[in-house]
Amino acid sequence: MSETVTGRGGSEEASREETVNETQSERVSYLRAGHTLRSWFFTTDHKRIALLYLISVTFFFFIGGMAAGLMRTDLLTPQGDVLSNEGYNRAFTLHGVIMVWFFLIPSIPNVFGNFLIPLMIGARDLAFPRLNLLSWYIYWIGGLFTLWVLLAGGVDTGWTFYTPLSSMFANGNVVMAAAAVFVVGFSSILTGLNFIVTIHTLRAPGMTWGRLPLFVWSHYATSVILVLATPVLTVTLALIVAERLFGLGIFDPALGGDPLLYQHLFWFYSHPAVYIMVLPAMAVVSELVAAAARKPVFGYWFIVFSSLGIAAVGFLVWAHHMFVSGMSMYVGAVFSFLSLVVAVPSGIKVYNWTATLWKGHISLDPPFLFAMGFIGLFVVGGLTGLILAMLALDVHVHDTYFVVAHFHYIMVGGTVSAFFGALHFWWPKMTGRMFSIGWGRLTALFIFFGFNMTFFPQFILGYLGMPRRYHVYDPQFQVLHVLSSAGSTILGFAYLFPFAYLLYALRYGKPSGDNPWEATGLEWTVPSPPPKHNFDEIPVVTREPYDYEVEKEGGA
Amino acid sequence: MTRSGLVEEPFSDPEQQRRAALFGMTIFLATEILLFGGIFAALIFYQAAHREIFVETSRELHIWIATGNTVVLLTSSLFAALAVAAAKAGNGKATGWLLGVTAALGLAFLGLKGWEYALEYGEGLLPLAGGDAKLGEPGKRLFMDLYLMATGLHAVHVTIGVCLLLFIAARIATRATRMPEQATTIEVSTLYWHLIDVIWVFLFPALYLVR
Ligand code: HEM
Ligand SMILES: [Cu+2]
Repeated sequence: MSETVTGRGGSEEASREETVNETQSERVSYLRAGHTLRSWFFTTDHKRIALLYLISVTFFFFIGGMAAGLMRTDLLTPQGDVLSNEGYNRAFTLHGVIMVWFFLIPSIPNVFGNFLIPLMIGARDLAFPRLNLLSWYIYWIGGLFTLWVLLAGGVDTGWTFYTPLSSMFANGNVVMAAAAVFVVGFSSILTGLNFIVTIHTLRAPGMTWGRLPLFVWSHYATSVILVLATPVLTVTLALIVAERLFGLGIFDPALGGDPLLYQHLFWFYSHPAVYIMVLPAMAVVSELVAAAARKPVFGYWFIVFSSLGIAAVGFLVWAHHMFVSGMSMYVGAVFSFLSLVVAVPSGIKVYNWTATLWKGHISLDPPFLFAMGFIGLFVVGGLTGLILAMLALDVHVHDTYFVVAHFHYIMVGGTVSAFFGALHFWWPKMTGRMFSIGWGRLTALFIFFGFNMTFFPQFILGYLGMPRRYHVYDPQFQVLHVLSSAGSTILGFAYLFPFAYLLYALRYGKPSGDNPWEATGLEWTVPSPPPKHNFDEIPVVTREPYDYEVEKEGGA
Repeated sequence: MTRSGLVEEPFSDPEQQRRAALFGMTIFLATEILLFGGIFAALIFYQAAHREIFVETSRELHIWIATGNTVVLLTSSLFAALAVAAAKAGNGKATGWLLGVTAALGLAFLGLKGWEYALEYGEGLLPLAGGDAKLGEPGKRLFMDLYLMATGLHAVHVTIGVCLLLFIAARIATRATRMPEQATTIEVSTLYWHLIDVIWVFLFPALYLVR
C-alpha cells in the first residue's frame, strides 16, 4: 500500500530525511529565477505562464463549480426552492460560459501544452513568448468581464446565446457576457497560433515529425481548430452585440433575418470547440497510457492521423445540433451520416490505447487511474454521441437530460479526468516534488465513482423525458435527481482532495528526481523543476518516440 | 514579431526567426479570413432567400465611389510591395516613404468611405438612427445592416493597418528600425495590408455587384 513510486526515481537518500528544504535542481530552477511579483506577471517564460494559467483556470473551475452546486441543490426537490426561475436560468448560463470558455478550452492546452510543448520538442520557449503572456492577459480581461456579469446579476440566455432570445428578449447582461467570450477568443487564437508556429519551427535537430510525442501532435490538431473556428464565434458574437446595441438586426425575423443562421454560425464554431476540449485530453491520455504500459504506443501513426482526422471532419458535423430546429430534413440526413463518420477516429484511438496496454507491465499509479477513467467515460460519452447523431433517436432525446449526460461524460468525465491525470503525472516535473501516491489513487477512484453517480442517472432521466434547463419537474423524476445531487457532492469533494495533498507536497513532498515515472520523452531528461532555459544545450534527438525496452523485468 | 535584427530568445538563427514571423502572420491572416467568412456566409445565406430586394438595394449604393476605392486600395498594395523590395535592398529611407504613401492611400480610402456613408445617411439608406428613412422594407434593411457590418469591420481593419504602417514608418525615420536587418518586419506588416486589400476585393462584388 505505502510502496511509493518515488523510490523508482532514484532519490532514495532523500526519503531518509524528514523534509528537504531545497534541492540543487530547485535552486537553479525556473521557480527560483526571480521572486518578485514583477518576475511573475511580466514573465515570458512559458513555464511560469503555464503556472499563471493553472491558478487562473482553477479559480474559474471553482466559480463554475459553485454554480453547479447551486443547481444540484435546487434540483433536490421537484419545486424550485433555492433559486427563482430567473435565478436558475442565470446559474446554468454562467456555469456553462465559465466552464466552457474559462476552464475547459484553456485548461489542458494553456497549462500543460504551454509547459510541455517546448520541453517535449527540445526548445527553449514558444516561438512568441510575449504573445504567450499577452494571451494570459487577454484571458483575464475576458475573465474580469465575466466576473462583472456575475456581480451585476448574470445573464440568462444559456451558454449558446441563441437568437432572438439573446438579441431581443433576454434581460440580463448579454452584451457584457458576449464581450467576455469575444475577448477570451483572442486568447485562444494567440495560443493556437503560437503552438503551430512553435511546432513547425522550433523542433530540436533530429526531432522529426515522426518522433513528435503524441501529446504534441494532438495539441497541433487542437491548435488548428482553435485558429480556424474561433474567429467565426468572434464575428457571430459581434453580430449579436450589433443587433442588441445598435439595432443592426442580422438575425431578426421581422427583417427577413433567420435565427437558424445564428445557430449555423454558432455550431460551426462550437462543434469543433468540443474537439478543442477533448483533443488535448486525448493528448494527455496517450502519454499516460504509454508511460503506464511501459511499451511503445501501438499504432503511432494511426493516433496521429486520427487527431488530424478529428480536426478536419469535426468541421463538417455542426448541424447535428439542429436536427429539430426546422432545417431541411435532407441536410439533417447528411449531417447525421457525417456525425457517425467523425466517431471513427475517436474509436481508433481507444483501440490503440487498449492495444498499447495489452501485455504491458502496468503500474497502477494515479496518472494511469485517471487515464483509465478517461477512457471508460469517454467511451460512454462517445457512444451516446452516436445515439444523438441518429436523426430519429435525437428527436426523442433532444433537449433532454440525455444530452446533458452525453456531453458531461465527455467534457467532465473525459477532459477533467485527463486534466487531473496530467496534473498528477507532470506535477513532479513542474514542482520537483512527489505527492502522496495513496491519496492520488483514492482521488482518482472517488472522481470516477462520484462522476458516474452524478451523471449516469441523467441518461435515464433524459430518456424518460426530463427536459434540460428546467428546475421545476414532475415528482416521478425526484429519485434520480436526488441520486445525481448526492453523486455531485462526492464528486465535488473529490475535486478538492488534490488541493490538499498536492500543495502539501510542495513543502513536504520528497524530491521527485528527474524521471519519477521512468517515462520516455525529452521533458524527463531535464531536471525537475526545469531550469529557466530548459536545456543548457539544445538536445539532438536520435531515438524513436516511446522506445521503452519491452522486455525489461521488474516494472511495478 | 521581430524587434531587432538580432536573434531573439527561442530562436537559434535569423532564418528560423524570419520563417516563424512570416508563418505566424500567415496563420493570423487565416483567422481574419474566417472572421470575415462569417459575414460572407450570412450574405450568401440571405442572398438566396431575398434575391430581388437585395439586387434592388445594391443598385442604390454608390458604386463609383466604391470602384474608386478599389483602385485606391489596389494601388496602395503596389506601394506596400515596393516598400518590401526597398527594405530588402537596404534602402531605409525609401522604405519609410513608400510605407507612408501606402498609409496615405489607406487614409484616402477611409475618407472616401466616410463620404459614401454620409451620402447614404442623407439619402435615408444607412441603418443608423436618423439615417434610415428609406429602409422601411424588411429585406432592404437586412441588406444594409449586413453592408454596414461588413464595411464597418473592414474599415476598422484599414484603420489598424494605417496605424501600423505609420508606426513603422516613424520608427524607420528615427532609426529605431533598420534596413535590411529588420526587413522581416516590413514583410510581415505588409502581408497584413495585402489581406485587407484582398478582403475588399471580395466585399466589393458581394455588396456592389449583386445584379
Ligand atoms: C468528443 C467530444 C465531444 C464533446 C466534448 C461533445 C459535447 C457536446 C455538447 C456540449 C453538446 C450539447 C450542446 C448543447 O446543446 O448545449 C453535445 C451534443 C451533441 N453531441 Fe456531442 N460531444 C462530443 C462528441 C460527440 C460525438 C462523437 C458525437 C457523434 C458521433 C456527438 C454527437 C452529439 C449530438 C448529435 C449532439 C446534439 C444532441 C441534441 O442536442 O439533441 N458528440 N455534445
Ligand atoms: Cu456537436
